[in-house]
Amino acid sequence: MSIYLRSHLLQLESEAIFVLREVAAQFERPVLLFSGGKDSIVMAHLARRAFWPGKIPFPLMHIDTGHNFQETLDFRDRLMEQLDAQLIVRYVQDSINQGRAVEETGPHASRNALQTVTLLDALAEFKFEAALGGARRDEEKARAKERFFSHRDSFGQWDPKNQRPELWNLFNGRKHQKEHFRVFPLSNWTEMDIWQYIALREIEIPMLYYSHSRDVIRRDGMWLAASQYIALEDGEQLENRTVRFRTIGDMTCTGAVESHAASLDDIIREVAAARETERGGRADDKRSEAAMEDRKRVGYF
Amino acid sequence: MSISVKETTPQPEALAAAQDAGAIGPDRDQYLAMDLLRFTTAGSVDDGKSTLIGRMLYDSKAIFEDQLEAVERASRQRGDAYVDQALLTDGLRAEREQGITIDVAYRYFATPRRKFIIADTPGHIQYTRNMVTGASTAELAIILIDARKGVVTQSKRHGFLASLLEIPHVLVTVNKMDLVDYDQSVYERIVAEYAEFAAKLSVQDMTFIPISALLGDNVVHKSEKMPWYDGPTLLHHLENVNVGATRNLVDFRFPVQMVVRPHQDLRGFAGQIASGTISPGEEVVVLPSGRTSRLRSILTYEQELPEAAAGDSVMLTLEDEIDISRGDMIVRKNNLPHVANQLECIVCWMSEDPLNPDGAYILQHTTRQVRAFISELNYRIDVDTLHREPAKTLQLNEIGRMKITTTQPLFFDPYRLNRNTGGFILIDPYTNVTVAAGMIRRRARALDEVVSTEPERSRSSNVVWEGGDITREMRERRNGHRAAVLWFTGLSGSGKSTIARRLERRLFDLGLQTAFLDGDNVRHGLNGDLGFSPADRKENIRRVAEVARLNFENGRLTLCTFISPYHSEREFARHLLPANRFIEVYVKCDIEVAKRRDPKGLYAKALRGEITEFTGVSAPYEEPQHAEIVVETDVQSVDDIIDKIMLELTRRGLIDS
Ligand SMILES: Nc1nc2c(ncn2[C@@H]2O[C@H](COP(=O)(O)OP(=O)(O)O)[C@@H](O)[C@H]2O)c(=O)[nH]1
Repeated sequence: MSIYLRSHLLQLESEAIFVLREVAAQFERPVLLFSGGKDSIVMAHLARRAFWPGKIPFPLMHIDTGHNFQETLDFRDRLMEQLDAQLIVRYVQDSINQGRAVEETGPHASRNALQTVTLLDALAEFKFEAALGGARRDEEKARAKERFFSHRDSFGQWDPKNQRPELWNLFNGRKHQKEHFRVFPLSNWTEMDIWQYIALREIEIPMLYYSHSRDVIRRDGMWLAASQYIALEDGEQLENRTVRFRTIGDMTCTGAVESHAASLDDIIREVAAARETERGGRADDKRSEAAMEDRKRVGYF
Repeated sequence: MSISVKETTPQPEALAAAQDAGAIGPDRDQYLAMDLLRFTTAGSVDDGKSTLIGRMLYDSKAIFEDQLEAVERASRQRGDAYVDQALLTDGLRAEREQGITIDVAYRYFATPRRKFIIADTPGHIQYTRNMVTGASTAELAIILIDARKGVVTQSKRHGFLASLLEIPHVLVTVNKMDLVDYDQSVYERIVAEYAEFAAKLSVQDMTFIPISALLGDNVVHKSEKMPWYDGPTLLHHLENVNVGATRNLVDFRFPVQMVVRPHQDLRGFAGQIASGTISPGEEVVVLPSGRTSRLRSILTYEQELPEAAAGDSVMLTLEDEIDISRGDMIVRKNNLPHVANQLECIVCWMSEDPLNPDGAYILQHTTRQVRAFISELNYRIDVDTLHREPAKTLQLNEIGRMKITTTQPLFFDPYRLNRNTGGFILIDPYTNVTVAAGMIRRRARALDEVVSTEPERSRSSNVVWEGGDITREMRERRNGHRAAVLWFTGLSGSGKSTIARRLERRLFDLGLQTAFLDGDNVRHGLNGDLGFSPADRKENIRRVAEVARLNFENGRLTLCTFISPYHSEREFARHLLPANRFIEVYVKCDIEVAKRRDPKGLYAKALRGEITEFTGVSAPYEEPQHAEIVVETDVQSVDDIIDKIMLELTRRGLIDS
């Protein structure tokens, strides 16, 4: 490699930093959506780098479903301190209490869909114009055509026909009042890139990603963590297994995989050998083939 | 488009080989050294593009079982007898329902050596727009040709677009070789025909490979069916082609994205190096100010760098305190980009709304956005025949050559030499949608230059200027004052006419010879045949300026009130007169005040979109930089203003006190 050629990870890093800075420069009130998962942890670190030695010039916001692993919340608070970042938290529970959202019932109840309500309300509350998210195009088919700068109308909705072509590195963030953008600096990253980057930059991640023993329930072909939020159905039983999580989200719909990967290198090897996408472990995606697309239309992350 | 389940599954050997090659568990040193190739794929419908991409993704394990399962489920739901492989790559439901793909989709896979980003551009009606978008970031283009059909119009179009966008590597795959019995002569005929066509294009590197996407011949593995072919397989070529060939490492260009001020003593200029390399200590110039300094440091989170290069996102600091903001460009002192506001470009139109040749657009280039309008549409290029055709507009997917004028100069290099400083997009200022992509070929000559080298004044050669026996000097002596042109410029509603009329009255009452020309009265008669396009505006001003000059020659104090929003127009008028006889009066007024006054109701109409190209609303107003007199109607009274102008005319010796 010539001395001026950069590895794929450094190129992806540079691209993400460029996008983060474009957002800071083009919008008055951006926000970084922080979910607690590895992608948003990587995003937070990239934001730190993008403006270093300055501070991250916008707040991070966590939409808390109330069904989080305690580890996720502790980790989040420590990270904010480390990065010297400002955190806003908004609770799905509050939206429910205010009657803005209605709790799903039944054994498969999940608050994933409700998050959208809380998120849109919070975006309006702070008049955020651009919400940075950690979504990647490789996650799901519907995302393959997603833009870096994804336009949302004044109702927070995404219209596939209304998206702007993106050429070179020219991102058009012009918008009318009340419209906003979702911006995805990690668009070109794959799950593997994320893991390799975590290794490259020695980024700390929650222990949930490493294998550990845990009480789990087998449901819909995945292992769900036992918790107060999940009711056992007939025929289901608690089992203790050695597992780890590939994504961390709402406890009611994030599945664990059986794994002995105890180090980053183990994880990277495991991801390389995997025959299922990380979202394969998410109950909400299985509901319908176009699930993601529908959620995107109504303003999901 | 449908293939059976059995066929989509690659041969187990292919998978095993990919695994042996290290796709599973690359070790740290290996993946940290992986580089990146972005490529685009182009082919007409049914040439096998989806099949080829599906195979590359599957063989490199970028398609997972749950995705495959989802596709099988979807196919079953639709009642298909086959698994439709296009479903693996067709994302949006709207498209799936219509059975077409309408947008660029990005896909990813990696081998142990390299990560790949595919910009998959479907070959339907919106083809040109999609391919241009995908090609803008690509370093390699795969063009598929169906061996049975040979070179078709579309294949040529793909080659043309690849060369237009300056993609350095083109890989032509002749697909479906299995259907022509792997016949060498078929392949060679296609290669010869395409190579002949491609000679007309400027492609740096063109490679041909015969494949069967469906059966895997020469995709990952060398085909045993084509012993006559001794070149690389497709994947081998993708893995080994020289990346970074489009990067310009010579001309240092750093468009400033934003300024970071963590504390009093540090001003960091954040940005991504568009081209070239730089080290601390080097002398730099900041555009547009022209201020010079030295690079103090290159900051990144981990460390200060001894050198940074094209593509790096860094934070620069300079030795001197210089005022710099987003959109400025830092360059090396002895290597400057072009600086101009008139550009010759190739533009690809990407919007359903056709190009409005009289419209104003926003042009985004590096980290700047400036107002722009089309000064001339030279021709349209037929992408299939490469012929040039006269054009009045450009429709979606059409490509044309044009001159564009911007309200502020751009710092650029020709696209051919520098993709990052030569490419731009046009944005509709009303919808905010990106409507076009452009590539700058070179700087167009500015009107001023044209005026000074070959006067624009049209002269009929057989008419001798009749000054007559009475000269201007004689008239001036008789009149007791000098002749001059007072050129009032300013926004509609700024108060130009009010002031000029009152001033004329004052001069007239003093017994001076005056003349009055104003926008509305010439529009009715003299210039009744002109509209508001840039060309017509220019002609309007040309005639008015000439009439003003005739009045001047007849010894009059000639008052002209024209919005004349462009610097170049006012300079043209100035150029017709002797020094000191052209007095530019800038009637300054806050645009909001002018809108509120709106004496003729024009702003209201313009804001409703009933009038296009309205200065201050939908067309730019370039503020005079060197006006002889500046008056501010929103702060000064009319009487004060008249006094001020009278004083200035006296001071200049044009009239007696
Ligand atoms: N025999 C043969 N058929 C092919 C080959 N590549 C693609 N096809 C078939 O050609 C048809 C169109 O392929 P598809 O990939 O959908 O074309 P696209 O429109 O370019 O994406 C499908 O029926 C494929 O199975 C090939 O190399 N050999």
